[in-house]
Amino acid sequence: MQTDLAIIGAGPAGLSAAISATAAGLKVVVLDEQPVPGGQIYRNIETLAATRPAHLQWLGPDYAAGLPLLRHFHECAATYLPMAQVWQVGHDGRVYYRRNVANEGAVGIVHARKVLIATGAMERPLPVPGWTLPGVMSCGAAQTLLKASGLAPDGRFVLAGSGPLLLLLAAQLIRAGRPPAAILETSYDFWGALPHLPGMLGLPGYLLKGLGLLREIRAAALPFYRGVTRLEIKGRERAREIEFEVDGRSFIEAVDLVFLHQGVVPNGNLALSTDIRHHWDDLQKCFRPELDAAGRSSSDMVRVAGDAGGIVGAVGAAAMGEVAGLAAAADLGSIDAAEFESRAAAARQLLTRHRAARPFLDRLYRPRQQWVAPTDPDTVICRCEEIRAGDVRHLVAAQNCPGPNQMKSFMRCGMGPCQGRLCGLTAVELIAETRGQTPAEIGYYRIRAPIKPVTLGDMAALDVPSRHDAVNP
Amino acid sequence: MFKLLPESNPLAPAVTVVVNGRSVAVPQGCSAAAAMLMHGGGSTRTTPVSGEARAPYCMMGLCYECLMEIDGEPNQQGCLVIVREGMHINPQLGKPGVKP
Repeated sequence: MQTDLAIIGAGPAGLSAAISATAAGLKVVVLDEQPVPGGQIYRNIETLAATRPAHLQWLGPDYAAGLPLLRHFHECAATYLPMAQVWQVGHDGRVYYRRNVANEGAVGIVHARKVLIATGAMERPLPVPGWTLPGVMSCGAAQTLLKASGLAPDGRFVLAGSGPLLLLLAAQLIRAGRPPAAILETSYDFWGALPHLPGMLGLPGYLLKGLGLLREIRAAALPFYRGVTRLEIKGRERAREIEFEVDGRSFIEAVDLVFLHQGVVPNGNLALSTDIRHHWDDLQKCFRPELDAAGRSSSDMVRVAGDAGGIVGAVGAAAMGEVAGLAAAADLGSIDAAEFESRAAAARQLLTRHRAARPFLDRLYRPRQQWVAPTDPDTVICRCEEIRAGDVRHLVAAQNCPGPNQMKSFMRCGMGPCQGRLCGLTAVELIAETRGQTPAEIGYYRIRAPIKPVTLGDMAALDVPSRHDAVNP
Repeated sequence: MFKLLPESNPLAPAVTVVVNGRSVAVPQGCSAAAAMLMHGGGSTRTTPVSGEARAPYCMMGLCYECLMEIDGEPNQQGCLVIVREGMHINPQLGKPGVKP
């Protein structure tokens, strides 16, 4: 399939880019892993709005805001490939994918003149003792089950960690009549965030929303522990209780389920696999691609928009996607520079305001060191290969292991099916702390395509036009 | 571990799937992993490394904790597979054998 612009991801950034790029005359293909567009933030919004109006109320106006975006996307001329897992993006503009349709994999290549990566965000892991037990999930997972299937946690559960989503999920579940038994907050620094408040004032609605959530939680009169210093989930075959400490006092809650959250970071494996330049963002505590204001990277072919390029939030992501779609059209000669300037002006302004508001939130919920570099040696950090924090610290101290890539070869940390997505940042923080260096100096895993597990059969089934090309790209 | 909220649309068509050998009704459009969380009890896989019990964690295709056996095919990401009438969903126990 030939196209001008291939967009990977159908969340706010990808959808907005598709709308603006097609309006500017580009041929666009959107590839996305999910069965319906919307990304994680607007997951299943159209079906939900049509069939479960009560749930739409509980999920709130920020979720409902996805409806007009999706309507515009349906009206635009983009080709949409749902249930497509992209495993490789080449600098030649080839996008390799596998579609999981009716359980029969169908592989293919989109040949694009420009590629826009809009893979969104993922939750930063919160590795604590017992977090691998059945019954422990991420807050995003609970929200996904509510959005996608109308499912709510069954039994007694707590929310633990930090970040806006922790509070939003609590409020949503309170509205749904399924309040958590307690909220355990691990990182919160109002005074540290205060100097960044002026940037937040450009979006007064966000501050009010945040305060509104806290009010709802307070009104529900459920135990809200701020400044938790220790968390441990216990159970044999599944989570049974959570032990925690606040101000030197220990508490135990019986639980059936625990939902963890520690803010969000770029879902970066695809961008990392293209080898575009990345740098460490010390406020967001993650690696992010180096981009210009229109999402252009160090590669002429690859662009990144939305949270995949550094967390900007859903509205900021949509604005950035809109600009990136127009920039692709300008770079491919479909519109001229003046046309780009006039069409992109409003979205650029909106993006600037959302960027300015970010540091306040980033600082307010910036994870404390103990939650990104676990001190308990038995805490699993690589869930796939079952590597523990103590294993990494020992390897670095005893063998002077310099970084995450050497560590992989020593102990397979990051080499399971998730390909380092859930352990990468923890491994970097552990190595940095043990060596007395910064994460920027330590660097990240070298991510290589295929970034999703594919079978040899899938690869063999590819319609590669020239065998010579395939062997020597 | 999860249950359908009563306010969920009672008119939404249900799909019958077979979870751990038992026929159960789940909402149309839900994922195999969600079906397991409704009807599968606790764990949905054991790890190939130590045999530890695990269950879906992220529900968005990243963590691979929801690997399960779907219609006899091992190592499927349950959170990315949408249920179909008659689908057989079973836990993934350790690593699958090599097909002859």
